[in-house]
Amino acid sequence: MPKVKLPRKSTSVDMTAMCDVAFLLLSFFILTTKFKPADELAVVTPKSVSTKAVDAKNVVQVTMDKEGKVFFSLGDESESEKQDIIDMIDQSKTLGLSAQEKASFARTGSYVGVPFTMLKSFLQLTPDQLKKYKAPGIPIDTANNELVIWMNAATRAFANKKMSLLVKGDNNAKYPSFKGVIDAFKKNEIFKFSMITDPEGVPEGTALATKRESGAKEE
Amino acid sequence: MAEMDTSSGGGHKKGPGVKKSKKLSTRVDLTPMVDLGFLLITFFIFTTTMSQPTAMKLFLPKDTDKPEEQNKVKASGALTIMLGKKDGVFYYEGELLPDGSNFKYTNFKDIRTEIINKKKATNPEDFVVVIKPGPEATYKNTVDMLDEMTINDVKRYAMVDIFPTELDLMAATEKNAGVQ
Repeated sequence: MPKVKLPRKSTSVDMTAMCDVAFLLLSFFILTTKFKPADELAVVTPKSVSTKAVDAKNVVQVTMDKEGKVFFSLGDESESEKQDIIDMIDQSKTLGLSAQEKASFARTGSYVGVPFTMLKSFLQLTPDQLKKYKAPGIPIDTANNELVIWMNAATRAFANKKMSLLVKGDNNAKYPSFKGVIDAFKKNEIFKFSMITDPEGVPEGTALATKRESGAKEE
Repeated sequence: MAEMDTSSGGGHKKGPGVKKSKKLSTRVDLTPMVDLGFLLITFFIFTTTMSQPTAMKLFLPKDTDKPEEQNKVKASGALTIMLGKKDGVFYYEGELLPDGSNFKYTNFKDIRTEIINKKKATNPEDFVVVIKPGPEATYKNTVDMLDEMTINDVKRYAMVDIFPTELDLMAATEKNAGVQ
């Protein structure tokens, strides 16, 4: 046994600095999470194995809730296009919308879920009234598919820009509503659109799993 | 360990002739707090990136009545899948026989084996899946079936309207199977 004992130094590390950094990072992330404006419509989207991210520019969104009601909305940054669309609809359907009602359509987070006959009163609702309002949805039956007109206005508004058309449907929406939406697109010569889905893992041993593992490009 | 030393030495040393010291240590160990902090950070990092939903592309064929423009589909290479109520799936290969003997009923799990079998047995040029959702099929059924196309790497598929004969067959089979 050595006679000289090695001087022992303390091995405890002062963690206060680490704690400070941790909380600084935490506050940064809390402040930078942007909470989505609360979805006025409760929609549970189905899952799919697609990995493509939603294109968030020039968004035109058609939503189907669980009862199959169809709603039409645009991305928040497309203010000028919203203005164009509501002007076109006003003119073609001679609804006599006031500037204030048009502005209500052009504000962020707005959507349309009523037939043209009810549009004027719908646009007069305040955001609070809107939350409690049970919208009947845009009619999409074969006899009267108003979505065709909305899509027509949207295509014209986005004429020189690439429009990102999204369909957000609830799991329980029945096929006839989806068919109405697709028909509205076809009538406007729109053959390409994306459906918003939740991510899902690829089942093992399937063709897609092997394709992804080999790193092949997916169209 | 992290410490916040506020006591005067902690009183561990026993001096000569001193009674047992009752001073309690005021050192606080901050390691769990740091752990919690990092846990919350990772949570927020993941929720910001994961809150973007994914999109599934769908291409629709042009609706033309001109026969020469319609894609020629070899009847034998076609697998027709119909979506009924309560997540029921009906299918038949090739053309529907007049007596409906090749009209089969299954569910979403087994349809994948069917698709894989048919794909293996058919020339890739001729293999096409025709999806016909019925009026009681939900959006989820439709998206799941389209998803199956991607999962099984089916290159050609189409979504069309259901025929009245098929609708009747579907209703009859559902009744026999006892589906409400």
